[in-house]
Amino acid sequence: MSCAQTLQDYGLRAIGIGERRLPTTDFTLCEQVVLIGSGLIWNVYFAALSLAAGFVLATGLALAKTSPRALLRRPAEGFIFLFRGSPLFIQFFLFYSAVVLLPRDGIDLGAFTLPTSTLSKAWLGALIVLTLNTAAYSAQIFHGALMQVPKGEVEAADAYGLAGWARFRRIVWPTAMRLAWPAYTNEAIFLFHATTLVFFSSFPAFRQSGDALYYASYIVGKTFNPFVAYPLVAAYFILATLALTALFGVANRRLNRHLPGSATRLRFRPRLIR
Amino acid sequence: MFEFCSDPSTLERLPWLACYLTTGTHLSFYASFGTVLLLLAITAPVALAFGFAAAMAARSHIAPLAWIGKLYTLMVRGIPDIVFFLFVPIAVDQGLEWLRSRALCDPSVPVRQGNEFVVCAAAKLPQSTAAPWVHDIYAFGLAVLAFAIVFGAFAANVLYGAMRAVPHGQLEAAEAYGMTPGQVNRRVLIPQMWTFALPGLSNLWMILIKATPLLFLLGIEDIVYWARELGGSKTSTYAYPHGDWRLWYFLVILCFYLAMTAISERVITRLSRRFARGQATVAGAAQGAWA
Repeated sequence: MSCAQTLQDYGLRAIGIGERRLPTTDFTLCEQVVLIGSGLIWNVYFAALSLAAGFVLATGLALAKTSPRALLRRPAEGFIFLFRGSPLFIQFFLFYSAVVLLPRDGIDLGAFTLPTSTLSKAWLGALIVLTLNTAAYSAQIFHGALMQVPKGEVEAADAYGLAGWARFRRIVWPTAMRLAWPAYTNEAIFLFHATTLVFFSSFPAFRQSGDALYYASYIVGKTFNPFVAYPLVAAYFILATLALTALFGVANRRLNRHLPGSATRLRFRPRLIR
Repeated sequence: MFEFCSDPSTLERLPWLACYLTTGTHLSFYASFGTVLLLLAITAPVALAFGFAAAMAARSHIAPLAWIGKLYTLMVRGIPDIVFFLFVPIAVDQGLEWLRSRALCDPSVPVRQGNEFVVCAAAKLPQSTAAPWVHDIYAFGLAVLAFAIVFGAFAANVLYGAMRAVPHGQLEAAEAYGMTPGQVNRRVLIPQMWTFALPGLSNLWMILIKATPLLFLLGIEDIVYWARELGGSKTSTYAYPHGDWRLWYFLVILCFYLAMTAISERVITRLSRRFARGQATVAGAAQGAWA
């Protein structure tokens, strides 16, 4: 079988398009590269959506954490402690085992039905856990940045008659983002790497559609040869990490465009599993 | 455990629970918390040693040694750690068996035959006749090695940065006193770097705690393994039938980890205050003023 044929069969295998049956013996290098690359779609999907949703949630949480009102501050602090203080791996298991206890055919919430069976699927369930998890980590970063916004800038905004929402949107938030960005870049890469946990933590791979590491471990399980598939995953992730760093670098330069020379090069200072 | 537990089906709620929570499998579950703590206790110093060696190598004046040190620290950047956790144990296991098979078996027989990795019985690790605990120790040892390699690279990053953060004047002053490079390292560089390394190392410790459930992926019977085993629903053929209780077991594990991280955070705050004493930093100066 030619490599082009393999690409056609397995290129989108991870999202259920193409040949359904996975090869079981005599994996060619091409098959391994294509299958693992197709799995990477899932990693990108999880990372992109949970980062986007987590970003919004984190901004809210960080603001709540700065609030003088205990009614707002305490829940935010509790949420951040819960998700930063426990392993993501356990959070996946906990979420999954809670969801499977819910009634199978959904919970009627008046306006709509909570689709409980969908929650136990990786594409939604794992996405929710990842979103909550990254929201907690990002909120901690954003909170630190909000605390670091120079007092002079806020006073200057006051002097110009900016207050409330306008002051936050035009002065405080852009500066906080600028300060938080290097740490947030780290968090984004970290989350991207954490997406490899999804199919190893109770979430079943529906019709053997999994992420890059899922296919790699499938291949290793069949061939007992870890020296091809795992380095391939590693290579894919190094490339994707470089791309992600470049993407965040563009945003970093834009956030710092009024301060020539201050946009420091972003470096991934790795942290590990959460 | 208790005498009244001999016939569980006759028990009422509280005694039933007391008996249920003291079955042999539950005792294994409690013991597996010890496994996690043991992993932490062994991995932390081993990883620190790996990291220290790599950081010293990266600072070396001998180019190849410096490259190896830097490559090792760069390696974990960009590659998800789980890849290492899955790769290292199987790769090391096959590597050792391959080496042994070259020495102990007929070298003309290839170890890779189609989809199989085959070595003769004499080269097997551990030997198939070995006691079960030998197999357990071997698997646990491979897990520790995987953790130490990954966390060693992270620790190397931290320590390399900390060594560069030690004020250069201090090292020059030591040289001016006529100390040899080894003495400068031992007497000035290494004692002085800890205060700079502590924030990074404490972050690493928190991450290490939160990485321990991955033992489950390495086939160790750890707390996640037992939570799934014990929590799964048990039909009436079991002595203690119950529904799907995995949620409650995972809640216990969650609380365990929250407690671990909360306690660690307290200890680290104290330690950092202790290490800042006498340092030429803002924190050190502030303490000097109070003393």
